[in-house]
Amino acid sequence: MTRKNTLYLMVILALFAFALWVILPIDSERFGREGIQLGLDLQGGVRLVYQADLSSVESGDETEVIEGVIAVIANRINPLGVTEPNIERRGTNQIVVELPMLSVTDKQKERIGRTALLKFGELTTEEEEARWVNDLGSWKPATATIYGQEKELTSSYFKENTYVDRDNLGRILLVFEWNEEGSKLSEEITGRLINQPLGIFEGDESLLGDDGRPIAPIVRSKITDRGQIEGLSLHEATELSKQLNAGRLPVPLETKYELTVDPTLGADFVALGSKAGLIGIILVMLFMIIYYRLPGVLASLALIFYGALVLAAFKLIPVTLTLAGLGGFILSIGMAVDANVLIFERMKEEFRTGRTLGAAIEAGFNRAWTAIKDSNITTFIVCGILYWVGTSIVAGAPVKGFALTLFIGVAVSMFTAILVTRTFLRLFVGSRLAKRTSLFSPYLGRK
Amino acid sequence: MLDIVGKRFWFLLISGALALICIILLATFGLELGIDFSSGSILTASFEQEVDQDQLERELAGLGYISANIERNPEGDFLISTVELTTKEKAQLKESLAAKFGTINEKGFENVDPVIAKETARIAAIAIAIAAVGILLYITWAFRRMPSPFRYGTCGILALVFNVLIVLGVFAVLGAVLGWGINLMFITGILAVIGYSVNNTVVIFDRIRENLIKDVSADFKVVVNNSLVESLSRSFNTSLTTVLVVLALLLFVGASIQNFTVTLLIGIIIGTYSSIYVAPTLLVVWEKGEWGRLLHPAQF
Repeated sequence: MTRKNTLYLMVILALFAFALWVILPIDSERFGREGIQLGLDLQGGVRLVYQADLSSVESGDETEVIEGVIAVIANRINPLGVTEPNIERRGTNQIVVELPMLSVTDKQKERIGRTALLKFGELTTEEEEARWVNDLGSWKPATATIYGQEKELTSSYFKENTYVDRDNLGRILLVFEWNEEGSKLSEEITGRLINQPLGIFEGDESLLGDDGRPIAPIVRSKITDRGQIEGLSLHEATELSKQLNAGRLPVPLETKYELTVDPTLGADFVALGSKAGLIGIILVMLFMIIYYRLPGVLASLALIFYGALVLAAFKLIPVTLTLAGLGGFILSIGMAVDANVLIFERMKEEFRTGRTLGAAIEAGFNRAWTAIKDSNITTFIVCGILYWVGTSIVAGAPVKGFALTLFIGVAVSMFTAILVTRTFLRLFVGSRLAKRTSLFSPYLGRK
Repeated sequence: MLDIVGKRFWFLLISGALALICIILLATFGLELGIDFSSGSILTASFEQEVDQDQLERELAGLGYISANIERNPEGDFLISTVELTTKEKAQLKESLAAKFGTINEKGFENVDPVIAKETARIAAIAIAIAAVGILLYITWAFRRMPSPFRYGTCGILALVFNVLIVLGVFAVLGAVLGWGINLMFITGILAVIGYSVNNTVVIFDRIRENLIKDVSADFKVVVNNSLVESLSRSFNTSLTTVLVVLALLLFVGASIQNFTVTLLIGIIIGTYSSIYVAPTLLVVWEKGEWGRLLHPAQF
C-alpha cells in the first residue's frame, strides 16, 4: 500500500462520512437545506399556466401589465395559506403559478385566474350578431357613444367602493357606484333600455345567480349614479366585491395548462420509487459480486458510496426530485457500474497476458479511461438537450428533473467508479490475496 | 473466435427487415398521441364504491364524452382522458359521475391547451434533431484521427435510427392494442435511449480505434471482429445491470411512467444489439465498399 493511496482512502472515507451526515436523517437541516426537495408530482400541489390577452395593451407596457397581473394573483393566493407559492412570468404573455403541497377546490382555482370584469349586455335584434347566448336569449354588448366614441359598459367604470348589502327582504345585493364616465354611459344605455333586461356577463359566460340562472335585471328607470346586482349568494357577492374593488386583473387571462396532483397520490410514488431503487441497487451488486468476485465486492462498496454522494448532491444543490428524476437516479445506478465493468474486463485481459495484479489494475484503468470518457460524453450531450427541453416547455418539470439527476448520477459515477474502486483495489496489491487470481477473475483458467 | 463480422450481411439483412416491419407497423397503426402532444385532459379519480370500467365508459359516452379513454392504475384509480375541460366543465363532469356512482375523489387533473401541445411537440422534435446532429458531430470529432471519422459518426447514427424505429414500431402496436399514447415521458425515454445506445457503440468504436493503432491485423474485418468480441462481455454486462434497474422501476413504479420505463427497456436491449450487430458491421461494409453485395444474398 503506497502512501498516496492511503491518502486517497482517507479522503474517500471522509467524503463518505460527510455525505452520510448530509443525508441522514433524511429531513435533517444541513447548510440551510432541509430534506430533499420534492417536485409537484411527488408532494402534490397545483401548477397553472395562464395566458394574458395583451391585445388591448399598448406595446411597451406589457411588462408592467404582467407585473400587475402577478401582484393581483399573489393577493388572491395569500388566503389559501400556501407556504412557498411561486408566480412568475413565462415568455411575453404567460404567467406560471405553482402552489406546492396544496389541495385546492375547483372554485378556488377558478378564482385565481378570474378576470373579475363584468360586462353588460342587451338583447340582440334578429339580424345582429350575438356575443353571448343563454337561456334568456342572445346578447350583444351594451354600448353608448360618449365624447364621439362608442364604448362598452363594463365594471371598469365602477368606483372601487362596491359592497354587499341586504334589502329589506333579506336578499343579497352587490352595490356599486359608477364613476363619471360610467354614469354618462349608464344614463344613455339604461335610458334606452327601459323595461328591457340588462344582461351581466363575465368573460364568455353569464353571471349566474345562487339559483344557477343568469342574472339579467329588467331596467325600471334610468340609472346614473349607482346600481345593484341581485341574486348572488352571500359568499359569491363578497368575493366578487373584493375582486372588483382592488383585485381586478388588468387584462383577461386564459388557462393554458393545468396540473393538479393530490398529495396522497404523490406520497405513494416516493415509497414505490425508493423500493425500486433499493431493489435495483441490490440486484446490481449481486450481479457484480457473482460475476467479478472480489472486484465486484469493491465495486458494490463504491456503489453504496455513489448512492450516498448523489443523494447528498441532490440535497445540497438542491435538486427538485420528480418521479422521472427518481427514474433518472435509478437508471444511473445501473449505468454507474458501467465504468467498473469496462475496467474489470480490461483487468481480466491484462491478467491473461500474465501481468501481476498491480500492473493489471493500472493498465486496466488507463486503457478503459478513453472509452469511459467518450461514452459518457454522449450521455451528457443528451442530458443537456433534455434540460433545455425541460426548461422550454410548460409541462417540462419531469424532463428537467430526469436530465439533472441523470447528469449528476453519471458525473459522480465517473468519479466513484474510477477513483474509489481503484483506491480499494490498490489496497490489495502486494497482499497475500493478490496471488489468488481466482478472487479477481473466475474465468481466467478457461481461455 | 466468434465470427460476427463474417456474417455481417445476414445481420444487416435481419436488421433491415426488422426496421422495415416497424416502418410498416408505424404506417399502418400510426402513433397514439397523449395529451401532451394532442391537447386534452386527464382526470385521475377514485370512487368509494367499486365501479365497473365498462359502465363508466358508457356513462361518459352518455354525457357526451364519446372519445373518452379510461385506464386503471394498480391503486385502482381511474385515469379518464377526455377532450380539453375547463375547471367548470370538470366540476360538472365530477358532479354527474358522483350522481351516478357515488362519492368521487379527484386525485389528479391535467389539462393541456392546443397552444401548449403544439409548442411541446415542436420542442420535442427540435430536441431529437439536435440530439442526432450533436451525436453525429461528437462521434466524428472523437474519431477525428481515424482515416474516415465521418463514417464512424454515420454508422453510429444509423444504428441509432434503427433503435428509434424499433421503439416506435413497438409503440405503434402498444398504441393500437392497449391505447398507450406517446407523451413527454416517452420522448424523454427516447432521448435517454439515444444517449445510452450511442454510448455502447462508442465503446466498441473506441476498441476498433485502439486495435487499429496497435495494428492487430491488416484486414479491417479482423480488426473489427476482434474488437467486437473483446467488448462483448462488457456490452452484455453493462446492459444487464441497466436492464435490472429498469425492470425494478417498471415493476414497482409502473403506471404513471410506464411509457418511459418500457421505452428504456426496449431501447437498451435493441441498443445493445445494434451496437454489436449493426454499427460495426455497417462500418465494415462501408470501409470495404461492399454495399452492392447487400442486394445479392447468394454472395453472403
